Amino acid sequence: MTPAIELIGIDKRFGAVHANKDVTLSIAQGSIHGIIGENGAGKSTLMSILFGFYAADQGEIKVKGQPVSIKSSSDAISHGIGMVHQHFMLVDPFTVLENVVLGAEDGKLIGPALAKARQELTRLAQDYELDVDPDAIVGDLPVGLQQRVEILKALFKGAETLILDEPTGVLTPDEADHLFRILGQLRDQGKTVILITHKLREIMAITDHVSVMRRGEMVATKDTKKTSVEELAELMVGRRVLLRVEKGKAKPGEVVLDVKNLTWKDRKGTPRVDNVSFTVRSGEIVGIAGVSGNGQSEILELISGISRPTSGQIVFEGKDIGILGDPRHVREEGLAHVPEDRQHRGLIATFDASESSILGWHYDETLGKGFRLDRQAVISRCKAEMQEFDVRPADPLLTSAKFSGGNQQKIILARELERDPDLLIVGQPTRGVDIGAIEFIHKRLIALRDQGKAILLVSVELDEIRSLSDRILVMFAGKIMGERGPEANERELGLLMAGVTEDAA
Amino acid sequence: MASARGELPPWVDLGLIPLLNLVVALLFAGLVVLIIGENPLEAMWIMLKGAVGSLKGWGYLLYYATNFVFTGLAVAVAFHAGLFNIGGEGQAYFAGLGAAIVGLGLEFLPWPLVIPLAILASMLFGAFWAWIPGYLQARRGSHIVITTIMFNFIAGSLMVYFIKDYFRPVGRMAVESREITGAYILSFREIGLRFFDLRLPSTPLNLTVFLAIIAAFVVWYLLWRTKLGYEIRAVGANTEAAIYAGIKPQRIIIITMAISGALAGLMAVNEVLGVQHRLLLEYVGGAGFVGIAVALMGRSHPVGIVLAAMLFGLLYQGGAELSFAKPLISRDMIVVIQGLVILFMGALEYAFRPALAAIFIKAED
Repeated sequence: MTPAIELIGIDKRFGAVHANKDVTLSIAQGSIHGIIGENGAGKSTLMSILFGFYAADQGEIKVKGQPVSIKSSSDAISHGIGMVHQHFMLVDPFTVLENVVLGAEDGKLIGPALAKARQELTRLAQDYELDVDPDAIVGDLPVGLQQRVEILKALFKGAETLILDEPTGVLTPDEADHLFRILGQLRDQGKTVILITHKLREIMAITDHVSVMRRGEMVATKDTKKTSVEELAELMVGRRVLLRVEKGKAKPGEVVLDVKNLTWKDRKGTPRVDNVSFTVRSGEIVGIAGVSGNGQSEILELISGISRPTSGQIVFEGKDIGILGDPRHVREEGLAHVPEDRQHRGLIATFDASESSILGWHYDETLGKGFRLDRQAVISRCKAEMQEFDVRPADPLLTSAKFSGGNQQKIILARELERDPDLLIVGQPTRGVDIGAIEFIHKRLIALRDQGKAILLVSVELDEIRSLSDRILVMFAGKIMGERGPEANERELGLLMAGVTEDAA
Repeated sequence: MASARGELPPWVDLGLIPLLNLVVALLFAGLVVLIIGENPLEAMWIMLKGAVGSLKGWGYLLYYATNFVFTGLAVAVAFHAGLFNIGGEGQAYFAGLGAAIVGLGLEFLPWPLVIPLAILASMLFGAFWAWIPGYLQARRGSHIVITTIMFNFIAGSLMVYFIKDYFRPVGRMAVESREITGAYILSFREIGLRFFDLRLPSTPLNLTVFLAIIAAFVVWYLLWRTKLGYEIRAVGANTEAAIYAGIKPQRIIIITMAISGALAGLMAVNEVLGVQHRLLLEYVGGAGFVGIAVALMGRSHPVGIVLAAMLFGLLYQGGAELSFAKPLISRDMIVVIQGLVILFMGALEYAFRPALAAIFIKAED
């Protein structure tokens, strides 16, 4: 059978960066094809070329055996290629129906297109388990449903091949399972699905074939059935990696952080953190699991002093730091914070690495007496941290934005750990970080725990929570649904993440 | 890594591109000159000769540049905190009040005392006039662009009132103060005559030009070598990250605006104490707005600002000569040329970048 999509000898450079080196890929009609690779391996570039965002410097694209020229996303759509982006391209105040017809309005009046779309949506809903209320406002829908709207949009425009870019990052395990069922049905109806992900488990669970990219090259394409997680990980990184975190038993000491009845209400008065109480002891890692947007980010902001609690106490080493509501004072008390959003909070993209490496600690007297900032001291300190944390390139004068995700995270981690904090609060430590760096970061966190420090970890990656934490708290809708040990199974945690407690189940 | 896209060596970004933009702006200006029936090459020659062909030309060029350095630095400092201070005009104008109050009120003091005091007062008054919009932005969320524009008008009216009702000597027709004799900053011509027995051409260039150089250095030091400067740049580059770091953006906004206003206020030193030696109406004459263009063109860096200020000084002085020599080319034409420079240096700053990037990538392969 002719492949649905063929990419032949695709080559793309961005300045000095060779993003795709002579990549050839063939995707069988009616299959789910996974593409994995570390950040910067060239997956996104390749798919952007297929979807018309970039033009390849060299190479050929064939759709169903016919050579085509794809210069824009509308070209791609007309060749039956649809894409569901990692960050949704939806108009929040519009209804589902209005979003679906966006870009396919057909004429000056919107009425006929909407009527046609309504019919089509009903059909799609029946065929693929893709039910969404066509008249719901998109902004009010949970992310899982918004993603369905994205898929509907692509199908409505006649997509035969659907590209999904990291689709499960925002979903609960349950929603992810539902998505996979939908993808399975799409395949059974003869559609082709390309799934870009960094989660090896998903690849194993759903795909028929898998292609591995490394440093711009296509290193292997395998039948999923004939490969293993270990083999894929090795192909991605180019060396053997330890997927399991090795750690001994925790030796919890005294309570370092005691959060009591913490509540925080947003401007509308909705409690986003609702009467939350927990403790973190020295020498243990407490993980907060949950789908993103259920109050975990707010907890990090409250403890780090970025926002002030509406009520309740945050007692750190016997002192209520909640009332300070000041990140600087909180830091001075001995707390370090690796923020969730590395790009927007953890560092300043336009600053050079040395300047990002003092963010939050810049008033330190060792970096210059009084009002002065001693540039040499800043640079030499950054240099030392870079060596200690194996940041590459170890160049303090390079702009922060030019480091890879993993190396940016190492810069931040180095900055926060070098001040020897008693408590580290850390959000999404490995989001968008390559496997090699994940291993490094996890080892560092365990080592910190073994030094007797307290760590509060927030992550949407359930695997990460389970492999690092000594105790797991699960959050849903601003509340803590329950506490489990690290041995808790995924189903159990998944139910709690969806807000289902034992009594209800 | 996709972020490395279109990376160009620094000398291209900081040298070649501004130069290219300038050349294109001049080409367009030449076209306009051609349309009104003059020879653009001749016009260009007159401008250049008028500005840099004689000591007198240089004197005027540097005098204008002094003003533009102050107002340009004012815009740049605010810009580093992410604030667009369009109120340099009003701040420089209002600062004249400080200069005149000290200059006239404390004239019994010896000059080594009264001149620094008058400079300080200029800065304080300028700072105050920018502090109000800064405060309103930080605490009330009133947009700084809107408030600073309005404060230009308020300063305009207030100054007319103050000068007419309080500073004008009884019986004087002209709306201006009496002469400031205590805080009198010497011009180069006067210095030449008095101390070196040297006859320099009569230009408004005075010792304030050194103050401009000092101010440029201080701004550089503040922004890149102090903790406050770090905080200012952090707030401007990424407010979220600044909050994370324990920096209070509201506080930084207010402080930065005050610094910005103080720099604009230094322009009053040049004009009121160094050139006019009296407080008079409308002495700012648009320099506050030119400062925006200067800051844009100088990439908000003090070195760039000094160079850009000199370029605009050249345009001002050369333009004056040109309109004198060629009556067909009026002063408004000069404004058009300046506008074109601003357009190409500021608004179309990156117009040639993609093409240049492509050429450089080709060359590398």
